[in-house]
Amino acid sequence: MGIKWDEFFVTGDPLIFASQIGIALTLIGALAGITYFKKWNYLWTEWLTTVDHKKIGIMYILMGVLMFVRGGIDGLMMKGQTAVPENGFLNAQHYNEVFTTHGVIMILFVAMPLLIGLMNFVIPLQIGARDVAFPQLNALSFWLTFSGAMLFNISFIIGGSPDAGWTSYFPLAGKEFSPGIGNNYYAVALQIAGAGTLMTGINFVVTVLKMRTKGMTLMKMPMFTWTSFITSIIIVASFPIFTVALALMTFDRTFGTHFFTISGGGMDMLWANLFWLWGHPEVYIVVLPAFGMLSDIISTFARKTLYGYKSMVISIVMISVLSMLVWVHHFFTMGNSAAVNSFFSITTMAIAIPTGVKVFNWLFTMRKGRIKFTTAMLWALAFVPNFVIGGVTGVMLAMAAADYQYHNTLFLVAHFHYVLIPGVVFPIFAGLYFWWPKMFGYMLNERIGKWNFWLFVVGFNVTFMPMFFLGLDGAVRRAYTYSAETGFGPLMMISAIGSIILAAGFAALVYNIYWSARYADRNIGNDPWDARTLEWATATPVQHYNFASLPEVTKLDAFWHMKKNDQLQPLKEDEVEEIHLPSNTWIPIYMGVVFGISGFLLVFEWTIAAAIAAIGIFAGLAFRSFDYDEGFHVHKDEILETEGIWRKGANKGVKNHVS
Amino acid sequence: MDQHSKGFPISHVIGFFMSLVLTFGAAWVALQTSLSMKAVMWIIGTLAVVQAGIQLYMFMHMNEGEDKVANNINIIYSAFIAVVIVAGSIWVMTSGHSH
Repeated sequence: MGIKWDEFFVTGDPLIFASQIGIALTLIGALAGITYFKKWNYLWTEWLTTVDHKKIGIMYILMGVLMFVRGGIDGLMMKGQTAVPENGFLNAQHYNEVFTTHGVIMILFVAMPLLIGLMNFVIPLQIGARDVAFPQLNALSFWLTFSGAMLFNISFIIGGSPDAGWTSYFPLAGKEFSPGIGNNYYAVALQIAGAGTLMTGINFVVTVLKMRTKGMTLMKMPMFTWTSFITSIIIVASFPIFTVALALMTFDRTFGTHFFTISGGGMDMLWANLFWLWGHPEVYIVVLPAFGMLSDIISTFARKTLYGYKSMVISIVMISVLSMLVWVHHFFTMGNSAAVNSFFSITTMAIAIPTGVKVFNWLFTMRKGRIKFTTAMLWALAFVPNFVIGGVTGVMLAMAAADYQYHNTLFLVAHFHYVLIPGVVFPIFAGLYFWWPKMFGYMLNERIGKWNFWLFVVGFNVTFMPMFFLGLDGAVRRAYTYSAETGFGPLMMISAIGSIILAAGFAALVYNIYWSARYADRNIGNDPWDARTLEWATATPVQHYNFASLPEVTKLDAFWHMKKNDQLQPLKEDEVEEIHLPSNTWIPIYMGVVFGISGFLLVFEWTIAAAIAAIGIFAGLAFRSFDYDEGFHVHKDEILETEGIWRKGANKGVKNHVS
Repeated sequence: MDQHSKGFPISHVIGFFMSLVLTFGAAWVALQTSLSMKAVMWIIGTLAVVQAGIQLYMFMHMNEGEDKVANNINIIYSAFIAVVIVAGSIWVMTSGHSH
């Protein structure tokens, strides 16, 4: 088909026109700024070509926060449109595009990058390793995710956004009913980002299995490491299904096959089936690492070992099995046989059991603990009751017969926001407050943190609690407007006001990052929270080789054990050895760029051009095959100097941060 | 540099060509023969299982692991996932009145 140049840019909408100008100015400003301050070299050598898991983690987090702004603006636009009946702020088409991009961006480009970013930063440190198993693959994962995210994001200014919902059900998402190129963006951008995620999954399975330090058996791993490990296994099991489904979607849309069409022997609901075979495990992919972070944060601030460690591990393993067995509960109303619906009702309810075990374990961890109410801990405390509301309404939805009433209403929308915001966003914020000092060497301000916390939690409840009742009254999701006679107006207005408070809470976080970067105290020692796991045993911010000598572990909560038993050894000069680390490489970012270009051409169904661009991908693979770079060694003098600086200053003149 | 050159990867090449033959064979059976739908399904299903086996042995190092327990866990889990996805999808998509 090729690109229709006269329709290249989306025109005719003042909101989009303003964003086009905004994006152009931001790009010019960023390029000019980097050039003016002569930061290109720094950017290239320190960040764009890095293979250091800590820097890659930080880039993931930065991307997640930026995408949060984009997805959040989408959410606010929807709330603005539905605040009053018969509103004309967004038209039906624009509303369709906005809820589609909101869903995709929040799940795949906010929740996933923020969690994978924290995993990247924390896991190698927690298991006492110097990097992940495949550092270069890790960089490739990031750049493919970034490339997919950027490709998806430009859709609304170039060519048009996808508009068939984040689930993109057929037949609506097919060529027959969505003839524009918007849904090609969905198919291609998610394919690229998904490949990156799959590589991350493989990388972390191998890292956790092969890279643990001496003495750290599987049952002595911190809980965040455990949940990230299980998450990685679920990624490896489920992302290939999405890859196949998206490939078939691309074939249907671009090459005229009939996998999911109504005519020609296609099966439209097979898309829903494949989508949720991936999509439900995806829910656990985002929620499990979050559970792990909470476990570590709660045991740190309750100042106790995690209660029921073994039952916690058994629960996450059970969740990983059950998560593959519940997908049909997303389309109970498709018209399955009673046997199918009953089976998936029961498996869905069964998954509440291990989840319930975990909730009780957190409560018992806090019982009789000397709890410190830091901002990180507040997020963890707010998580429990809010997440339980999401979980219990989930069990309501699990009953297939009752689901016919709830299906496609705002009740469902409220339910999954009550699962995903307290279950993923709260823990991510907790994790950011908790690990920020390890990443950057200063803490986020606690006072602004409390503002961030209270505004966000109150705003969240005011936004989504009314949607339960609206849904029970029959308000359907994805409807761009409603009449005044429905009586939805007042609750919709309350919900819209809540979303503004929610946004103010997020703005407080962004302000906190700015304020703390400028004014926060840099003298915080290596262990400001009096924490329990190995990442706190090394310098803050972490030196590029992580550990001068790899720690040896004898117990769960290894660092806490070392502190309490006076086993923290000073570094002996004759024991220091040269450290072998991987070199930076240009290949991952190059691959991100060529995948992005080739994908962009494929979106426009310009297949010949896309194939030519894809030669660049094979060129990158070939370069990698003949790349014999053996890495470099950190010399003894450098290690001794670095270690001397932080160990001498460690905990000298440091205020107690958790009183 | 020695660990980079283990000789010509002959088993990979054989596996690759056998996979191509089996894939094009399946396409030929489906598109160019006039067998009944049921026969076509059984033939291409069998070819798919054979190809999965070839890929597991030729590419996935299934018989190279030292650790028997880990190998068994991997195989059981993979079989579980494969059964859930394939058998589960067929069950869900063919029962009821959705198709």
